[in-house]
Amino acid sequence: MSIMSRKSQQVLVDPLVSNNPIAAQILGICSALAVTVKMQTSIVMALAVIFVLTLSNTIISMLRNWIPGKVRIIVQLTIIASLVIIADQILRAYLYDISKQLSVFVGLIITNCILMGRAEAFAMQNPPGPSFLDGLGNGLGYGLILVIVSVFRELFGSGSLMGFQIIPDSFYAAGYQNMGLLVLSPGAFIIMGLIIWVQRSVTKVEEA
Amino acid sequence: MLEHYLSLVVKSIFIQNILLAYFLGMCSFLAISKKVDTSVGLGMAVTFVLTITAPVNWALYHYFLGKGALAWAGLPDVDLNYLEYIVFIATIAAMVQLVEMILDKFAPALYQSLGIFLPLIAVNCAILGGSLFLVERNYTLGESTVFGFGAGMGWFLAIASMAAIRHKLRYSDVPPGLRGLGITMLLTGLLSMAFMAFSGIDL
Repeated sequence: MSIMSRKSQQVLVDPLVSNNPIAAQILGICSALAVTVKMQTSIVMALAVIFVLTLSNTIISMLRNWIPGKVRIIVQLTIIASLVIIADQILRAYLYDISKQLSVFVGLIITNCILMGRAEAFAMQNPPGPSFLDGLGNGLGYGLILVIVSVFRELFGSGSLMGFQIIPDSFYAAGYQNMGLLVLSPGAFIIMGLIIWVQRSVTKVEEA
Repeated sequence: MLEHYLSLVVKSIFIQNILLAYFLGMCSFLAISKKVDTSVGLGMAVTFVLTITAPVNWALYHYFLGKGALAWAGLPDVDLNYLEYIVFIATIAAMVQLVEMILDKFAPALYQSLGIFLPLIAVNCAILGGSLFLVERNYTLGESTVFGFGAGMGWFLAIASMAAIRHKLRYSDVPPGLRGLGITMLLTGLLSMAFMAFSGIDL
C-alpha cells in the first residue's frame, strides 16, 4: 500500500471535507450531536464508528455477490449489529467510564445512517479494497466533525479540553463565565449549523 | 398510578423530547421535514412503531435477554445481555415491515407519499433509542408503553413544527451556504431552546 493509486487516494480523502458524511451527505447526525459535550467521549465514539464502519464496509463488500437483493437490508443490519456488539463489549471491558457516559449511543451506531448509507452506496458495488478505504475515509470525516464540534462545546461550555482546564482561573476571577448553553442541546444544533455553513461556503455547494 | 403515567407522557413529549434533547431520529427529521403532510404521516408512523416496539422489546428483554431472565426456562445463570442490540433491531425491522403492509392495505395514499422513507424507520435511531432507554431506565411494562407513545408524540410534534417553519421559510432570503441543512440545524437549535423552557417543570 506504499504507493496508492490516485483513485484510492480520492476514495479516502474525498469524505474528509468535500463529501463529508455529516455536512454534505447528511448522514449520522444524531450521534454527532449527542456525544460531543466532551472531547474525550467524542474521540472514543469516533474510533468506535471508524472501527465498525471500516469492517462493515469490507465484510459487506466481500459478501456482496452472495447477498440476495431482497433481504440485503436485514443482512447488512445483522453484520453491522454484530460489529457494534464487539465494539460495545471492548469499550465496556477497557473504557468502562466512557462507555457509561456514551450510554445508549454506542448501541445506536447500528442505526447510524452512515453505516447503512455507505453499505448501500459503496460497499454493495465495489470490491473489498476500495470499500475498506471508503469506510476509513468516511469514518475519519465523521470523526473530524465530531472533534471540531466537541472542541467548541467543551472549550467554551466547560472551559476545558480532554478534561483538563484550559481557560485560566484568572479569567474567571475577571468575570469570564462558561457558556452554559453550549453544554445543552441547543448549543449542539447551533454549532453544527454553523459548521455546515462554513463547510458549504468553502466547497461552494448550494441547496435549493 | 394514572397520574404517574400522565406525568411520564408529558415528560417524554416536552421535557425530555427524544429529538430535541437526545438528538434521536435526526436523519429522517432533516430529510423529511420539507413538507408538512409527509412529516405528519411519518410522525404518525414513528409514533405507531415506537408504541408497539417499546413493550415488545421490554418483554423480550425481561424474558430472554436480561440477567437471570431465562429463569422461567430453568436457566437462571444465562446472561444474553450482549444480544440486546441485534434482537432489538430485528424486532424493529419486523415491526416496520408490518406497519408497511398495514399502510399499503388501508392507507395507500399515505403509503405512496411516504415511499422510500417507510423502510428507513427501521434505521431511525429514535426507535432503537427508545428501546435502549427503557432498558437503561428500568421501566416497567406499562411505563415502557407509555414512554414509547410519549417519545413518538414528541418526535411527531418536533417534525411537524419544523415542517411548518420550513414552509414559511420558503419566502425568506437565506444566505447561499446556509440554505437547506444549515438553516434547518440552526432552527432546530432555536426550537430546542424553546422546549428547554419546560425543563424546570417537575412532575
